[in-house]
Amino acid sequence: MTSRTLVRTALTVLLLAPAAFAQTVNLSGAGSTFIYPLASKWFNEYNKLHPQIQINYQSIGSGGGIRQFSQDRTVDFGETDGPMTDQQLKESKVQPVVHLPMALGGVVPVYNLRVGGLRFSGETLADIYLGKIVMWDDPAIAKDNPGVKLPSDPITVVHRADGSGTTYTWVDYLSKVSGAFKQKVGVGTSVTWPVGLGGKGNEGVAGLVKQTPGAIGYVELIYALQTKIACAPVKNAAGEFVNASLASVSAAAATANIPADYRVSITNAPGKAVYPISTFTWLLATPSMQDAKKKKALHDFLVWAVTKGQGYSEGLGYAPLPKNLVQRELKDIGKLK
Amino acid sequence: MDAPAIETPEMTPPSLVLQILPEGIRRWRSTGRGADRLFRLVTGMCAAAVAGLLLIVILFMVKGSLPAIRDHGLGFVLSPDWDPTNQKYGALTFLFGTAYTSLIGMAIALPLGVLTAVALVEILPRGLAKAISLAVELLAAIPSVLLGLWGIFELVPLVRSFEIAIYRSPLGFRKLPIFSGAPLGVGFLAAGLLLAIMALPFILSVSREVLLQVPTAQREAAYALGATRWQAIRKFILPYSWKGIFGAGLLGLARVLGETMAVTMVIGNTPQIKASLFASGYTLASVIANEFTEAPSDLAISALISLGLILLVLTVLLNAAARLMLIYLNRRMGTQGAK
Repeated sequence: MTSRTLVRTALTVLLLAPAAFAQTVNLSGAGSTFIYPLASKWFNEYNKLHPQIQINYQSIGSGGGIRQFSQDRTVDFGETDGPMTDQQLKESKVQPVVHLPMALGGVVPVYNLRVGGLRFSGETLADIYLGKIVMWDDPAIAKDNPGVKLPSDPITVVHRADGSGTTYTWVDYLSKVSGAFKQKVGVGTSVTWPVGLGGKGNEGVAGLVKQTPGAIGYVELIYALQTKIACAPVKNAAGEFVNASLASVSAAAATANIPADYRVSITNAPGKAVYPISTFTWLLATPSMQDAKKKKALHDFLVWAVTKGQGYSEGLGYAPLPKNLVQRELKDIGKLK
Repeated sequence: MDAPAIETPEMTPPSLVLQILPEGIRRWRSTGRGADRLFRLVTGMCAAAVAGLLLIVILFMVKGSLPAIRDHGLGFVLSPDWDPTNQKYGALTFLFGTAYTSLIGMAIALPLGVLTAVALVEILPRGLAKAISLAVELLAAIPSVLLGLWGIFELVPLVRSFEIAIYRSPLGFRKLPIFSGAPLGVGFLAAGLLLAIMALPFILSVSREVLLQVPTAQREAAYALGATRWQAIRKFILPYSWKGIFGAGLLGLARVLGETMAVTMVIGNTPQIKASLFASGYTLASVIANEFTEAPSDLAISALISLGLILLVLTVLLNAAARLMLIYLNRRMGTQGAK
């Protein structure tokens, strides 16, 4: 009796298995390393809900993601920490390209000084990174920090040596608040720095800052939260000194003026509670996908990611998308179907 | 009797192997069995594949660097500018960084490695020598990223305290160009020290093997003539093995030139040309590792591949120079070193 049931079950499984395999949809993506921890959590959880959909993601960096998606066309979607430029969109072999904000991140200044509790305005940070401010007791730093007795120590500037979205966000902000910085350094994932040492990755910058008395650097908010490095509040466009937190980063996306294609920098966004060095990380997709099954799978996943998927953001240190933005995005995701 | 500790290695001298080999091949050919032919085919294909691999890599690099060379011309090699935002690229600062850090690394590792090898083979008791060799060989097994981390957290603070001591020294050392600049810890000196640590196992192992090849008769003759240990090592043992030690140095240099991760973590990644040991710099390998993933344009990628090509050419030139020097020295010292 039991053995016959066993055989029957085995046969059923054997017969059904190919059918199940046939329905599996494989999506592939590549790009940003910043989004990787959150993205892989999403793909995992989504796969548990929909076992027939498998998403494979390679965190090769934003630049690589843009190239693989728009030029080589080897992936179904890309992820990037900086929006594609007009030039890149024009030259893209995939048309049209849709940018969809998936999460938010922040970049925070960290420093190593005998006195703690410092705060900075954007102009001061720009002048430090231009090499105009070289001592910690400079009047500009004193003005940002009334009542603090600043030591007369030299400042050692630390920046990222590797090209990264973190640098992009940092110099994008400094270029917005300082004309001199915009002219001399400009905006990019790797720029030519007038002063300072380069560290590789967040850990490289944090390591150098920790090891060098009088050093100042910048790291991703997630990295600062995970490693519990003290970060300094930054003065926002409304004149308030705001500490970076998931809430103050989300606030930047809620108050910023976001155009229809979502390609916007949200650094120095207006609003009192806003942390000014915040950024989106985008997913790149296209409605011109050929494979209907893949198209539907990506659409369904995106709907899930901007709604239920946002629940995983905070636990991993990402600021979730504000609700008004999610409503807008759902409409645009609908067009991908 | 106070006999010196002498190793008696029972190895076939390399020259003997070379004499036997052609004879062996001749005999092997004459048998002409099918299996042998197959074996010859397979081994031949393996050899061709290795050569082909090198060719493919070189072709890839030449092809990849063409856009940058077309855009910048040969000025690419000699320009000190590196400005990705304005699409201006030049290799000079990185070339300097690679050369300077390699020089520091070799200046430390070569004497240290050779002298340690002499100690291991000629002076120290066998048990201790074995223990030390094993320890140094384990050093080679440490991944360079770990050495880099150790560099950031242990070596750099140490270097910085040294730099501060120089800076504050009443003798005015800091007025010397090689000691000028702020005591940051990261920079050429820290990178050079790390490179020395990485090259040491290679130089030491090869030098030790070479010294072990010195025939017992050579040693015994020296001592029989009444030479002290120092005289025996200097006049009889080192001259006999200088060629091999030269090779050990080359192997160490090859390791040092292309080293990426550890150097990147302690050199400061600043594209500048400074004579000071305390200054921060940048190397060819480091900038490739740093900027490749997020290179902003095709031209930037091409410029980075060109840097790789320069590194390759540098290695080839150094190897060629070393070979020429070997031939020259061979002619001059041929009479002195035993054949």
